[in-house]
Amino acid sequence: MGDLVIRAEGLSKRYRIGAHPRAYRTLRESVVEAAGAPLRWAGAAMRRQLRGAAGENEIWALRDVWFEVHQGEVLGLIGRNGAGKSTLLKILSKITEPSAGRVRVAGRVGSLLEVGTGFHPELTGRENIFLNGAILGMRREEILKRFDAIVDFSEVERFIDTPVKHYSSGMYLRLAFAVAAHLDPEILLVDEVLAVGDIRFQQKCLGKMETVGREGRTVLFVSHNMPAILRLCERAILLDEGHIVADGQAQPIVARYLNLDQTVQETIAEVEWPHPADAPGEEGVRLKALRLRSASGAPQAEFDVREPIEVEIQFWVLDEAPNVVPMFRVYNEHGVCVFAAAPTHDGLFAGRSRAAGTYTARCRIPGDFMAEGTYALEIAVRTLFPRRFFVPRVKLLNFRVHDRGMGDSVKGEYRGVWPGTVAPVFDWRSEFSPRVESAG
Amino acid sequence: MTNADSEFVGPVSEIAPSRGWVALKLRELWAYRELLYFLVWRDIKVRYKQTALGAAWAIIQPFFTMVVFSVFFGSLAKMPSDGIPYPIFAFAALVPWTFFANGLTQASNSLVGNSALIKKVYFPRLAIPIAGVLSNLVDFALAFVVLLLMMVYFKLWPTVAILWLPLLLLLAFVTALGVGLWFSALNVEFRDVRYVVPFLTQFWMFATPVAYPSSLLHEPWRTLYGLNPMAGVVEGFRWALLGNANAPGPLIWASAAAALVILVSGAFYFRRMERTFADVV
Repeated sequence: MGDLVIRAEGLSKRYRIGAHPRAYRTLRESVVEAAGAPLRWAGAAMRRQLRGAAGENEIWALRDVWFEVHQGEVLGLIGRNGAGKSTLLKILSKITEPSAGRVRVAGRVGSLLEVGTGFHPELTGRENIFLNGAILGMRREEILKRFDAIVDFSEVERFIDTPVKHYSSGMYLRLAFAVAAHLDPEILLVDEVLAVGDIRFQQKCLGKMETVGREGRTVLFVSHNMPAILRLCERAILLDEGHIVADGQAQPIVARYLNLDQTVQETIAEVEWPHPADAPGEEGVRLKALRLRSASGAPQAEFDVREPIEVEIQFWVLDEAPNVVPMFRVYNEHGVCVFAAAPTHDGLFAGRSRAAGTYTARCRIPGDFMAEGTYALEIAVRTLFPRRFFVPRVKLLNFRVHDRGMGDSVKGEYRGVWPGTVAPVFDWRSEFSPRVESAG
Repeated sequence: MTNADSEFVGPVSEIAPSRGWVALKLRELWAYRELLYFLVWRDIKVRYKQTALGAAWAIIQPFFTMVVFSVFFGSLAKMPSDGIPYPIFAFAALVPWTFFANGLTQASNSLVGNSALIKKVYFPRLAIPIAGVLSNLVDFALAFVVLLLMMVYFKLWPTVAILWLPLLLLLAFVTALGVGLWFSALNVEFRDVRYVVPFLTQFWMFATPVAYPSSLLHEPWRTLYGLNPMAGVVEGFRWALLGNANAPGPLIWASAAAALVILVSGAFYFRRMERTFADVV
């Protein structure tokens, strides 16, 4: 017995776009065949049909995808919208068939493709637990056995006998996730369930998925939430236009994805690793957290041009380390490094070695400095001489700077695009004299 | 086990494109019987929520049709009714007919109505139209009680033939499901089905001896008439409950054969189309 649970061999999926091509074709064929139809009609119909058959209204959601998954792996699937991630999960969960290739799976597959699928608004929470459990493939005894745990996790016990149409969207979601989370499959497929719900509940869901991973079950996890991917997955597959672009260690692949298309990034205000054991870093230095804050201290990723941006880098030194320094660079959407920053003159990082402990470095980027646009923040923890990286350079956060056009930025009342990589407000000293001195 | 399999942790199942006609996978359907149970239970539970009259609708529909038929066909047109009082003659047919017509309608719309489920979760798709027909059994039971009360009122007592009733109900179920499978699969791609079904049930009722007896026809035409499976069901119900001297005879066998053909062909057609459901619906 090996430890393989999934092997995809040349998996492809083709979709026809356009509503019902076959229905139209029969209709046209009958038009063409109709004896009395004028030739002009028939010709036009045939031309249209030929154009339609040329394959231009076909798209390949997946094309020749090969990969293997081993038991106990937590694998992140990342890529832009339409890259084929969800299609891949749909094939694995047998919702749709591949058009070519095959995938072989060992073990019971459970999927969490959309939280709350199959909930009926008229039924009570209790009734929906049973209905949803059955839809997800649980047996009655299994549901009964886990009923209390499900209710407990969902935190809706007071309303368990109320129809779910009276639930708030948060309660609805919690109940739905609770049912799905108590499925007991050997392979769990999860699609973007964390896109919804409040931060606290998202953390709870992530925690639950970590537990599932630790129990030795295999998890395939699709998300646009890169911090979640980095927290859960040791391995990631990057898909683009139906192809696998990269497959391997999660961290560099996430970095590559964030570089892939600078214009479609979502903003991310913070990343945090709760345990040094799975945080990025080498030889006793581990990244703990990376945050962007507003002047008031709240994590934030959307800033006004006039407000300062605080960058916070936290890292652990597990045993004494050489003189590492946290650094960061800010890249704009054209991939240009706007500036690099390091606490070069901070006494804390002056010594020749670093004592074990937690280091927090904060840097304030002043207001009225960054131009409007989307930025990626790349960090590293390194020594300067010799040049050695303990946390390799990785782009982890994205933020955006807006000019709301209130008239008090460098643009004043101007409404157009202000050129320049930065948009500082300088001191101007200007004079006026009523005399017009003649040259002579 | 082949060489390749030994690399896996356990028994391997393969997901690959299927072509042409595929197996029905009844064993898998059986494994999902609890889901079937919950789908039926959901349909029943939800059906009359937010209606003022609730489950009374199960009785109102066939009962008032019976009243209208009795006035127009029974009293005015003097339709023969095999020597049975016309109201109960019509009602004994309308009860299984209503079960069939509602079951067929519900099964036909079931896949489209459950599209959210189909796109997000895997389970044997056959469960959906089956649940659509089964959930009408409750309505049938309610209307059947009214039928029994009417029998008491008209002092008509059933004979031993009543033992055939479950099989006749099964025949109605098989017919509704068979046609429902065809239509539900077609409905995914051609939404025209939604408009065809109400028409069809209306025509089908007049092609079925609900308002008139099949004894209007002579053999061999009467047996041929049995190719409409509902003719067998309706005549069978009258025979089993009302002691109608006109036993359906060979008509019922023609009906059973026809129903079976519709069911089997419908099930295979459904399975063949199933692979595109999630992409098209």
